[in-house]
Amino acid sequence: MIEVGDLYKSFGDTEVLKGISTSFEKGKTNLIIGQSGSGKTVFMKCMLGLINPDKGYIRYEGRDYSEMALAEKRNLRQEMGMVFQGSALFDSMTVEGNVMFPLDMFTRQSRSEMQDRVDFVLKRVNLVDAHKKFPSEISGGMQKRVAIARAIVMNPKYLFCDEPNSGLDPKTAILIDNLIQEITQEYNITTVINTHDMNSVMEIGEKIVFLKDGWKAWEGSNKDIFRTDNEAVTNFVYSSELFKKVRQMYLEERN
Amino acid sequence: MSYMTSIGSYAIMVVETFKKPTKWHVMRTLILKEIDELIYGSMGIIIFISFFIGGVVAIQTALNISNPLIPKNLIGFATRQSVILEFAPTFTSIIMAGKVGSYITSSIGTMRVTEQIDALEVMGVNSLNYLVFPKIVAMFLYPFVVAIAMYIGIFGGWIAGVFGGFSSSADFVEGLQLDFIPYHVTYSFIKSVVFAFVIATVPSYHGYYMKGGALEVGKAATVSFVWTSVVIIVLNYILTQLMLG
Repeated sequence: MIEVGDLYKSFGDTEVLKGISTSFEKGKTNLIIGQSGSGKTVFMKCMLGLINPDKGYIRYEGRDYSEMALAEKRNLRQEMGMVFQGSALFDSMTVEGNVMFPLDMFTRQSRSEMQDRVDFVLKRVNLVDAHKKFPSEISGGMQKRVAIARAIVMNPKYLFCDEPNSGLDPKTAILIDNLIQEITQEYNITTVINTHDMNSVMEIGEKIVFLKDGWKAWEGSNKDIFRTDNEAVTNFVYSSELFKKVRQMYLEERN
Repeated sequence: MSYMTSIGSYAIMVVETFKKPTKWHVMRTLILKEIDELIYGSMGIIIFISFFIGGVVAIQTALNISNPLIPKNLIGFATRQSVILEFAPTFTSIIMAGKVGSYITSSIGTMRVTEQIDALEVMGVNSLNYLVFPKIVAMFLYPFVVAIAMYIGIFGGWIAGVFGGFSSSADFVEGLQLDFIPYHVTYSFIKSVVFAFVIATVPSYHGYYMKGGALEVGKAATVSFVWTSVVIIVLNYILTQLMLG
């Protein structure tokens, strides 16, 4: 479980995070949503320790991350997996090399053990023929799957995904969403996803935190989001006619 | 104030580079890769430039000797002194600041832009140690490059002097041996070690701490070349004063 309390972050005179408090539970896909510039990425980078918050705390199973020294943070980070928006695969390494990298760096496994683990996770993300290819030789969707494989290869306790669906076609986006949700439940991971993809919100949002101008404007599940009267959320989520109709149908069905 | 901040950040970066070392078997591979990229990959341009610089020094010296009382062995002597004291260590370092420095800045800068450095940090890797330390180690082979630049430069001078009809081979070789002070070679190697550290770290600093996108990577590479050259020139002055003054 990740607990965040009273988190503030400013860059110069611009206050980006304004006292965010929330928690992300184990085994659930937790979503952070909000418009561009609402502070989602800064919030996630604070949780990862890539940006130091000005005030507030981030606790991983009760361990205060903001109070830790850099060496302790680096140790805790070995329990984290991260899927970056642009995948952030190492260009100079093959798919296999990218996935094997954390094992090579942090475990004492033999080459064959590492190879078995890499084969297993690549199979888990439905990539069986791309071992020897370089990131530039595979599609965006495949790159995302390699990034997921790399993120889960060390059996992380926490999985962070920054816009995992950006730049993907709807079908591949759904596949990636489902994959993340399956992995979360299968390995009982605390997953936090930064997104503004409404399909993801509806499909896998077991807990949703809505940020607006650096504030936490709302939180709930994908079921609650249909019922909420919070104007900020409804304006954001139901900005398209399609989603307005979906909501209307859902509410009519319930009544 | 911003210069002081940059110097402070650079110092912190250098200290961080030596903390939390990467596993040896991973580091060994990285070091060998960097030796191939930074040292072996630069040999061609260094040999080419050194040869012609040595030749030009010999020709310039010969053309400026109008007094028949000045011995012809001065061509070999001046070529040796110029190449060993300045052209091999300093001029080659400026070339390396352009070739290797811009490669270092752009490769690390691209990793920053594409979040690959963030990916390393999130995994718990000391990204500075992983990226910069192998470059520093590889650049410690730089004195060998300078040694080769010395030989090739002097050889270029001999070719230009002898085949250009400015000097006989015997005069040139006599000039090379005249008043030779071995300490000058030591001085040159000490300078090259210092410059090697500068060439590895200053461009790394500009790449690692850059912000922005692809355009900024190009700008960072240019700025890194300017600053690496400035630092080399200033250190060259200080080291010359300290060691020869």
